[in-house]
Amino acid sequence: MSTIERPEIRTTGLLTQSWAIARRNFRHIRRMPEMLLDVTIQPVMFVLLFAYVFGSSIDVATPAGYRAFLLAGIMAQTVAFASFIVAVGLTADLDKGIVDRMRSLPINPAAVLVGRSISSLAHASIGLVVMSLTGLVIGWRIHTNVFEAALGYLLLLGWGFAMIWVGIWVGSAMRSVEAVNGVMFATMFPITFLANTFAPTDRMPTVLRFIAEWNPISSLTQAVRELWGNDQPLAEGAAFPMHHPIPFTIGWIILITAVVAPLAIRTFRSRTAG
Amino acid sequence: MTRPAIEAEGLVKHFGDTVAVDGVSFVVPEGTVLGLLGPNGAGKTTTVRMMTTLTRPTSGTARVAGHDILDDPAAVRRSMGLTGQAATVDELLTGRENLRLIGQLYGLDAGYITRASAELLERFSLAEAGDRIAKTYSGGMRRRLDLAVSLIATPPVLFLDEPTTGLDPRSRVELWEVLRELVKDGTTLLLTTQYLEEADQLADNIVVIDRGTVIAEGTPLQLKDRSGAAALVVTVSHADDLAAAEALMRPHVREVHLDAGARQLTAPAEGLGHMTRVAGIFDESGIVLDDIGLKRPSLDDVFLHLTGHRAEDGAEDDQTAGQPAGEVTR
Repeated sequence: MSTIERPEIRTTGLLTQSWAIARRNFRHIRRMPEMLLDVTIQPVMFVLLFAYVFGSSIDVATPAGYRAFLLAGIMAQTVAFASFIVAVGLTADLDKGIVDRMRSLPINPAAVLVGRSISSLAHASIGLVVMSLTGLVIGWRIHTNVFEAALGYLLLLGWGFAMIWVGIWVGSAMRSVEAVNGVMFATMFPITFLANTFAPTDRMPTVLRFIAEWNPISSLTQAVRELWGNDQPLAEGAAFPMHHPIPFTIGWIILITAVVAPLAIRTFRSRTAG
Repeated sequence: MTRPAIEAEGLVKHFGDTVAVDGVSFVVPEGTVLGLLGPNGAGKTTTVRMMTTLTRPTSGTARVAGHDILDDPAAVRRSMGLTGQAATVDELLTGRENLRLIGQLYGLDAGYITRASAELLERFSLAEAGDRIAKTYSGGMRRRLDLAVSLIATPPVLFLDEPTTGLDPRSRVELWEVLRELVKDGTTLLLTTQYLEEADQLADNIVVIDRGTVIAEGTPLQLKDRSGAAALVVTVSHADDLAAAEALMRPHVREVHLDAGARQLTAPAEGLGHMTRVAGIFDESGIVLDDIGLKRPSLDDVFLHLTGHRAEDGAEDDQTAGQPAGEVTR
């Protein structure tokens, strides 16, 4: 028996491992730039569509008009779709056995999820940048100070973080990318539209208005609008969260994470170790 | 040399009510190849998944390179490489990037990764394709890359789950060659296969599992011997000669079986001398033969003998590893 060189296997930390996996995911985007369509062309198209096609018939009381009103809504929707990005990526990796291969390596099993989360959050952030630029072109401006402006973006990213857990949960539960697409479209579209994202809620039928104003997405949208000075005076009878959107948004982020994260981890474990 | 590299001790895995693996034990000495042979759904993949710490056994345990899979899974993962059933390479990364990613996750030194990647790509005939994304690779190339990736940290123990499934015959033979070289270098190999020929070609020892239990084990030769004696097979050149050939042969053999379609006469073999004698008789008779020879039972015959069914018709997918209730009766 001949002896061969066996290299030293160093123990690395979770962060190093996650970063290696996140870098691999970024490389995917570089190889397939069309993966970025969901945070570039698509939201820009939505911005233009709503700003110019529907916008002219939606009457808002924002001083800067509908286009300023719209931006926070579209951003909230795009960030909510971070869950979509995570779920699709995770399901594909599970399906192709990539996750199993990584789990057979001497790494922390959580690195697969953390790496995926990092890259997905970065992916969604690209969307925020693209939309901010689009917004600036069509006349959207932030009218408050730097601190509030930053807090607005921070809330959006915090929301993206909570949505990542939803994505891990759905991604671990679904057997194919097609199933993920089906489930996510069927849920995320109504959730992000049945809110104050694209139109003011005060003229909705009572029941719908109640749902829309209690919708967590509406809290986020309203919070960001307030922080950026894009909000309109609250209509009479607005639900409680609309009066306190910032604490509500933070509360929702914590609540969703606290409830969904354990579910997501359990589903991921039973999917992979079963 | 004979220190066990892999030991399985009464591995059991239940999925709900389904018993996928039902007490599998075996030992693989260091530097040898074990073929885990069985039809689809026999529990091969589940057994490998338990031994590679991907799934927890319901009971029983295993040791890989001396490390217990339950007590020290991290040490097990440091000592072994796994090539799964599907070629799990990242299609959007190049061959070299695939190697680098896994090398980084192993915590290997960057300089070492670069060197080892180049060597592995060379060794697996992927040097030219190394900077192309894996999506453009053929099935055989993907398998080779998959194997190369498993070897980046030069693990002493390698698990290969159906390494050649879906490969064309040429790629299969090429992969066998590579595997033989690895073993020559001292790597211990456990490979699952449903190709009996593959086990025959590569394995020092074979463990046959069916429906979650070990039904036979031994060297390929021992297993073949277990399923009966060899046969003397005579093939005549002209079908017209068959009857004459049979009459000629009958006094010299215990019994003879005639297969008109194959122009073959089959009789129980009684050793080499006996075969030479029969060949001499034909030589004198003027009946022209295409072939005369001894045929040992193939592993296919062994499998049929052991399990009562052919290797190909098992339950469905080994991934689910369970058998439908109706299949359990023999």
